[in-house]
Amino acid sequence: MLHQLTVAELTDRLDRRECSSTEALEACLGQMARVEGQLHSFLSWDEADARRQAAVADAAIASGAYRVERPLLGVPIALKDVFCQQGQPCGCGSRILQGFVSPYDATVVARLKAAGAVVFGRLNMDEFAMGSSTENSAYGPTLNPWDTSRIPGGSSGGCAAAVSANECFAALGSDTGGSIRQPAALCGIVGLKPTYGLVSRYGLVAFASSLDQVGPFTKDIRDSALVLQSIAGHDLHDSTSLPAPVPDYRTALTEGSLKGVRLGLPKEYQVGGMDPEVTAAFESALKQLTSLGAELVEVSLPHTEYAAATYYIIAPAEASANLSRFDGVRYGLRVDGSSPEEMNSRTRGAGFGPEVKRRIILGTYVLSSGYYDAFYVRAQKVRTLIRQDFLQAFEQVDAIVTPTTPTPAFRLGEKSEDPLQMYLSDIFTISCNLAGICGVSVPCGLTRSPRLPMGLQILAPPFGESTLFRVAHAYEQSTPWHRERSPLS
Amino acid sequence: MSDFDIRYVSRLARVSLTPVEEEKLGNQLGLILGYIAQLKEVDVNGVEPLAHAIPLVNVTRPDVPTGSLDHEEALRNAPARSNGLFVVPKIVE
Repeated sequence: MLHQLTVAELTDRLDRRECSSTEALEACLGQMARVEGQLHSFLSWDEADARRQAAVADAAIASGAYRVERPLLGVPIALKDVFCQQGQPCGCGSRILQGFVSPYDATVVARLKAAGAVVFGRLNMDEFAMGSSTENSAYGPTLNPWDTSRIPGGSSGGCAAAVSANECFAALGSDTGGSIRQPAALCGIVGLKPTYGLVSRYGLVAFASSLDQVGPFTKDIRDSALVLQSIAGHDLHDSTSLPAPVPDYRTALTEGSLKGVRLGLPKEYQVGGMDPEVTAAFESALKQLTSLGAELVEVSLPHTEYAAATYYIIAPAEASANLSRFDGVRYGLRVDGSSPEEMNSRTRGAGFGPEVKRRIILGTYVLSSGYYDAFYVRAQKVRTLIRQDFLQAFEQVDAIVTPTTPTPAFRLGEKSEDPLQMYLSDIFTISCNLAGICGVSVPCGLTRSPRLPMGLQILAPPFGESTLFRVAHAYEQSTPWHRERSPLS
Repeated sequence: MSDFDIRYVSRLARVSLTPVEEEKLGNQLGLILGYIAQLKEVDVNGVEPLAHAIPLVNVTRPDVPTGSLDHEEALRNAPARSNGLFVVPKIVE
């Protein structure tokens, strides 16, 4: 059952010549043939191209390629439909980009290829990464491999479902307000949002440029560190990427004890509407962290209650500007009109789905004359306060721990008619992006009936990924949750 | 939000809406605007706005000429093209 291996287990077998990259890829394609009819994780995939890449990897392994130089050599990894891969479609789950073929590789795609990965498949998502359930995809929702009457989370729901169901060994997604951590939690896998500026966004279709960050979906923490190591680092093509060396994340994985580590518990995160099983799983995770030697400290993030409102001003404002490029002129859908304005408006009216329209219109409004200061600039100021809350808390603690989501996966259709309720399902993940810090979700339990995964979120200061890995790895290795697999895996 | 005019803002955003969409989106946005209006409670006196969490200034790359997207490649995804150009509806009579 090759497809059930982690990335690290697969590369060990490849190096011992116990299997080939082609066999690993075929195992994924076989698993996709079994479960895609029930899950719809993928929007499309190019088997011929993937097989060519796997054959190239096998030839490299046969001729003695060095694993240290190409850490992901031969590993099949899939992409959220938001990254450009040369010669492949990139549609962002939207009708407006139907038929678009990328002319170049995103930097992260180029880095995965340089590390030897077999990059294949376009994973489903909420249109333009706007949503928390993948129900906003123009091509129909993805379903949760633990219970196909439920959503996998979003916006990177296809990534989470595919990795959880062993359709690929890892996937890359994007996280603007929780779009990696929330679906990872709801599908029982690891999802990492690196610090703003650590991973290049060149070739990532922009949603909210001051918040977007690229990160991996993996089956465990070791794999998360391995994939991050390959994609992180300065890129001249992204002016927001930080020109600093990338640490060796493997050194964070050696320590099993958390002695001397101080973990913050934000008192403001005890909100109403928490599922009792999530609260119980979180409390037993805290006990486990304490038994590993960590010290728990209460911290305060006083502006927490304003995070969602701040986010739903800043993110739509930036989206309304970024998505102005979809105008029917250079790529994608076009609906003709008698003037450029009519053509633009008709194209966008026909090409965007309801959530994207809501956010573009909301963003346009908060940036419009007379409202800019009252909404947008005020939100930017509250954002300063939210960031200060975190930086002050991190003077007392090494990391902060919270549940990733207030509830396990909800049912298809449960929140899709109530956008505000959908927005509030991201309540624990949003602040991390506003503050520009890093965060990871690691599995921390299953509900009783049905069995649905829950996630523990760990947050660390800017460029504190090594701290995240150390805490999450020690926790993960001392609990059984990361080995639990969905019925469709 | 009594002064939120869905027709006016959707026109600014260049998104045409059907009357059914105007009604539905207008109502939903009314609720969302009510929610985000809670930021008025926060005391932001003397607080600087934050545009980027990790501010970098004067970011430039070395001034070395490099290749760019090939002309044909740049036009390949165009919905309408002619004579090596993107085509748009007539702007001036």
